[in-house]
Amino acid sequence: MSRAITRLVLHRLGFAVPVLAVVAVGVFLLAAASPFDPVHQYYGVELFSASAADVARVRAELGLDDPVLVQFWRWLTGVLQGDLGNSRSLRQPVAQVLAERLPWTLLLAATGLALAVLIALVLGTVAAWRQGGWTDRLVTAIGHALEGVPPFVLALLAIAVFALGLGWLPVAGLTDAGSALTSGQIAEHLALPALVLGISQSPWLVLHVRQSMLASLAEDHVTGARARGLGERAVVLRHALPTALLPFVTLIGARVPELVTGAVLVEEVFSWPGVAAAVVTAATAVDYPLLAILTLTATAAVLLGSLCADIAAIALDPRVAADG
Amino acid sequence: MADHDLGRASAQATWIPAGRRRAGTPRGRTTSGYGRLRWSAATLAALVLGALVVPAVLGGGDLVDYDSVRLAPSPAHPFGTDSGGRDLLVQSLAGLRISLLVAAVSAVVSTVLGSLVGAVAGAVGGWTDRLLMRAVDTVNSVPHLLLGIVIVALYRGSLGAVMLSIALTHWTTVARIVRAEVLSLRERPYIDAAVAGGSTRMRILRRHLLPAVVPQAALSAVLLVPHAVWHETALSFLGLGLPPHLASIGNILGDGREAVLLGAWWIVAFPSLLLVATTLAVSGLAATWRDRVVPRRRSELAL
Repeated sequence: MSRAITRLVLHRLGFAVPVLAVVAVGVFLLAAASPFDPVHQYYGVELFSASAADVARVRAELGLDDPVLVQFWRWLTGVLQGDLGNSRSLRQPVAQVLAERLPWTLLLAATGLALAVLIALVLGTVAAWRQGGWTDRLVTAIGHALEGVPPFVLALLAIAVFALGLGWLPVAGLTDAGSALTSGQIAEHLALPALVLGISQSPWLVLHVRQSMLASLAEDHVTGARARGLGERAVVLRHALPTALLPFVTLIGARVPELVTGAVLVEEVFSWPGVAAAVVTAATAVDYPLLAILTLTATAAVLLGSLCADIAAIALDPRVAADG
Repeated sequence: MADHDLGRASAQATWIPAGRRRAGTPRGRTTSGYGRLRWSAATLAALVLGALVVPAVLGGGDLVDYDSVRLAPSPAHPFGTDSGGRDLLVQSLAGLRISLLVAAVSAVVSTVLGSLVGAVAGAVGGWTDRLLMRAVDTVNSVPHLLLGIVIVALYRGSLGAVMLSIALTHWTTVARIVRAEVLSLRERPYIDAAVAGGSTRMRILRRHLLPAVVPQAALSAVLLVPHAVWHETALSFLGLGLPPHLASIGNILGDGREAVLLGAWWIVAFPSLLLVATTLAVSGLAATWRDRVVPRRRSELAL
């Protein structure tokens, strides 16, 4: 088993390196072809009063006159040596932006994903166990309806109801204005964004768990368990559920892109100080160095997610032969 | 024989897996097809008609009127008014029209692109196939919204950039489906017969492969529309999509963020409702169609 995992990791690494390289080149070429000129951002409004000679000098200093490939090579060697460049919109080194913001995004995404998985396992199992009952019909109908609701609509709705209407939870941010960074404050401010993220991710997971539970409830080993007179609890939780979990693990790994997408929208609405909100800031200001690194980080997260899911699948079921 | 007659109550007894405790319950909604189809078609027709007719007939939705800012829903303004004092019903329907237009164009562009890539990969095979499928994997490993944001950010503020960013991020599913279809078609005897009969590559592609692939591709285009609407709305909501003077649903909701804090819930509620109704209606239609075209995909592709 460990040999299979090692092979899988090596194989995926072999795939990840070219993918990341292609994404980096692609984003760089997009930026090079874009009508946007970074020198405008460097100068801002001052550009109109700057002399042509000064502008030319700054262009030369920033290396904007070099061919695209030379610029790319300079950026790439910098990144490989650990110099991620400077973010123009946040006025910080990109490495510092990542260090400050990534933990908050990880906290939000992990809490949201955990909530979604919990909701999916509980509701999916109950719905499949009592197929056709009112719980099942309710869960399925709400699940299908929620698939059509974008996360930001859900977020605005949650703010309107829980923050403004009922006043239970704060509207946005990481802490109340001026208060210290305590875990109580963070938990209070995390609740609503994490709930919205979790619920927006859950419909696909719920419907998937329900579907695979239905399949596994009809399998022979479940019939066998019932025939031996085991209690309903043992049959559903110990015999049917484990079989249904295997594809579920793979699905969770494959949902990382949607999780990133959801995090971008939820962080933006709730002013959560994470990297996903920084994507929007960077994009609004055409902050290329930050945007490129964030795109690469997200791509790496997606690849890592699918790798983790496949490792878990091998560990859980030795029969699985992941791609060789 | 007697045993048989006793054991079966009716000739139409359904197959009941013994492993299920509540074995008599129906397995999924089997008769939902027509009801769902009718509801989706009626909703979509009403919405599209409203989006085309209402802004044209009532008009004046563009004029800012600071005497009637954020009015609650009333008979004069069924959806209320927005932060610029414009009638929200007219604004939302005009926004829906733009969102649907953007979505339809991007869905068609990305379907054409995906079909081309998929057909070439499937028909040529070998290294071309491997290379193209790696490209699909690469595009898939960047979160779509993020890639869309990057594209839109660098080519700011035009309808074309938004359409392009949606089209360039969503062709991969179509490419996979079309490739799989072409691969399975290639092994069919009638293709072999055509080859044996001396048909050229072009003729086989035109006469035998395309007619079989087109329905699938068309279905993918329709399935893409709700997703594209969603995408456009998200981009506009973040302030990166359509220019602010075009009233798309995303722009209205983006403005509504602040309005909600002032208590104007209708600025978010009604446009969201229109948006959700539209996406659900389109995906309802597409799902019914899919169940007819490719019955085996019923569970695999479940939206």
